[in-house]
Amino acid sequence: MPDERKTPQLDELEKGPWPSFVTEMKRAAEKNPAADDLLGLLERSYEDKTGHWKHGGIVGVRGYGGGVIGRYTDLAEEFTNLKEFHTMRINHPSGWFYTTDALREICDIWEKHGSGLTNFHGSTGDIILLGTKTAELQPTFDEFSDAGYDLGGSGSDLRSPSCCVGPARCEHACFDTLDMCYDITNEFQDELHRPMWPYKFKIKMSGCANDCVAAIARADCSVIGTWRDTIIIDQDEVKKYAESGMNIQREVCDKCPTRALEFDTVKKELTVMPEDCSRCMHCINMMPKAVRPGQEKGATILMGGKSTIVKSAFMSWVIVPFMKMEPPYEEFKDLMRRVWDWWDENGKTRERLGELIFRVGMGTFLREVGLPPVPQMVFRPRANPYVFWPEDEINK
Amino acid sequence: MAKTDIGPPDYRKYLPPVIKENYGQWQYHEKVKPGVLKHVAESGDELYSIRVGSPRLVSIDFIRDICALADEYCGGYLRFTSRNNIEFLTDDAAKVEPLIEACRAKGLPVGGTGRALSNIVHTQGWVHCHTPATDASGIVKAVMDDLYEYFGRDDLPAKLKIAMACCLNMCGAVHCSDIAILGVHRTPPVIRHEIIQKGTEIPSLVASCPTGAIRPDPKNKSVAVKEEKCMYCGNCYTMSPGMQIMDAENDGVAILVGGKVSNARTAPSFSRLVIPFLPNNPPRWPEVTDAVRNIVETWLKYARSGERMGEWIERIGWERFFTLANIPFSDKCIDDYIFSRETFRTTAAFKY
Repeated sequence: MPDERKTPQLDELEKGPWPSFVTEMKRAAEKNPAADDLLGLLERSYEDKTGHWKHGGIVGVRGYGGGVIGRYTDLAEEFTNLKEFHTMRINHPSGWFYTTDALREICDIWEKHGSGLTNFHGSTGDIILLGTKTAELQPTFDEFSDAGYDLGGSGSDLRSPSCCVGPARCEHACFDTLDMCYDITNEFQDELHRPMWPYKFKIKMSGCANDCVAAIARADCSVIGTWRDTIIIDQDEVKKYAESGMNIQREVCDKCPTRALEFDTVKKELTVMPEDCSRCMHCINMMPKAVRPGQEKGATILMGGKSTIVKSAFMSWVIVPFMKMEPPYEEFKDLMRRVWDWWDENGKTRERLGELIFRVGMGTFLREVGLPPVPQMVFRPRANPYVFWPEDEINK
Repeated sequence: MAKTDIGPPDYRKYLPPVIKENYGQWQYHEKVKPGVLKHVAESGDELYSIRVGSPRLVSIDFIRDICALADEYCGGYLRFTSRNNIEFLTDDAAKVEPLIEACRAKGLPVGGTGRALSNIVHTQGWVHCHTPATDASGIVKAVMDDLYEYFGRDDLPAKLKIAMACCLNMCGAVHCSDIAILGVHRTPPVIRHEIIQKGTEIPSLVASCPTGAIRPDPKNKSVAVKEEKCMYCGNCYTMSPGMQIMDAENDGVAILVGGKVSNARTAPSFSRLVIPFLPNNPPRWPEVTDAVRNIVETWLKYARSGERMGEWIERIGWERFFTLANIPFSDKCIDDYIFSRETFRTTAAFKY
């Protein structure tokens, strides 16, 4: 069949130096008729300039409400192998670490049951298995479960939490992102697998404010590593950077957003005014051998992040400036449960947490979830006097 | 029956020995060359990470190919990054160059570290999504071909992160990227009453519209759209297949620039819309690749060392950006949605 298939437009995307997804689709098509039909369907989209997938339908595996996304083409008579072409999401290991044995096992199972096409990885972090029939869903899941894998989230549930590489490889990590990701994913299996909320909820963990998993932009709850005390400076290493030709004044001090650093060009010493430092990571990024995070480490909890649809994109807002982040993460888990209860009680259908907080007010959210208001939560206070005063603060 | 709720596999069994032994004890890292990071632990142990670009949409045989490389050079250990790169992990410095050669021989680009263009994160597009305004994999391939050299160089002013989402659902969030390529619809949904009558929950459909453009139409047991209020977000289509939002004649691509997520130096920021529409022109979207290249090259020409796209633009001013990049400014670049006020200039100080 692959010999007969003509894909002149897609063939153009096999040219050029960057590795080609079309080549990958053709490799899968050699072994799997649905992958071959997918080439034909995509070529048709390139001709028509429109998609050919119908609105999803409800499919799944026993005991789960999410993890499988139904897909049916609107050209099923022509592309019969795509009549059903569902996606399965497999929850990835923390930090996307693998052994080749593990990856080969995943490939072997998917070769047996599906199209042989994958995404490593999907945007949320899961291993995405693209395309199988309804009848194959349960056998595929069963085999993955036996091999030690589970489904990820989809629909109005907790989506698979994801995290940066953390202490596995990064000297900046202020808490164990991999352990926390693994721990809370296991803690919240019911929330992950059985959609029961107004809409989706994402948790992402970055070990420092460089935020390598973009937690602040795309997670309803963003856990971002930080420290409470002061950066640690190694003056011997500062001297080495200076002697190697780095212009510390210009590249480090002048770019410090709070002007918290001073460099003595004679002594070649860097000093910090601790109360002025906002822990942005710039000096640490520039001089990783000479400057390190402080010792009292933990994380800032921010909430409300999401992308554009519907009410505009929101970045997460500071909700808890500093929380110790150590197993068993009880303080965090307790906070999450209070927030979810409140959101579940008050949120409209398809209303993300950030949109709900924006609709009812941050003050209401903080009072009802039981969080103390602190100035770290705002860039600046309100400019209007329209305070909603509680009755017990008014003279009667 | 298979077990449920067993959770993801334990990451600890996938960590290479050098990581297990030095977990949480890393002291510093160096950027050895484009695509190669060297992390040094307090014990003195070294870990080399070799970063390689991937098309993300890959066959199982591609995964088996990279497994063969990891077996030969890395003792069977590897990982993926949050931007869909592959990272080969080894504690043996002597393996680095042979591995790079082996990657090149397989057509796998090595790079994406430090002040380089990293891989483009993207969505499914026409390959597997039901609401796309464009394809994602195709545009990403065309743009990465065009900007290929910047993946393998790390002498750009700062890191460069490009993201692509095929509709504004943004299942791959692009809204805080140096450059965002975004599929957009430009026409209101075409209502198919017979589909809505069959199985749509009408109150939920009405409530799904952020601008209140959808109202019930009890006579038809369906809905009607006030077209002038619609900004084509497609949220209604997600609620009901009877609200067809795809329009081959009018769908296309918008370009936003200047976002970032890192807190370093400046606060995380949203990308801003500078080109409201480019046509869908498959298979290689030349208008899109030209526009992205122009923005990248303007940044390369004018930015100071260390300035991300958005930091550079904020320093010179957006009015200068439009001039330097020779991009026409129009009323479509001025916000008229919910949070527009903060974007209007409230100072008499500006540039020409």
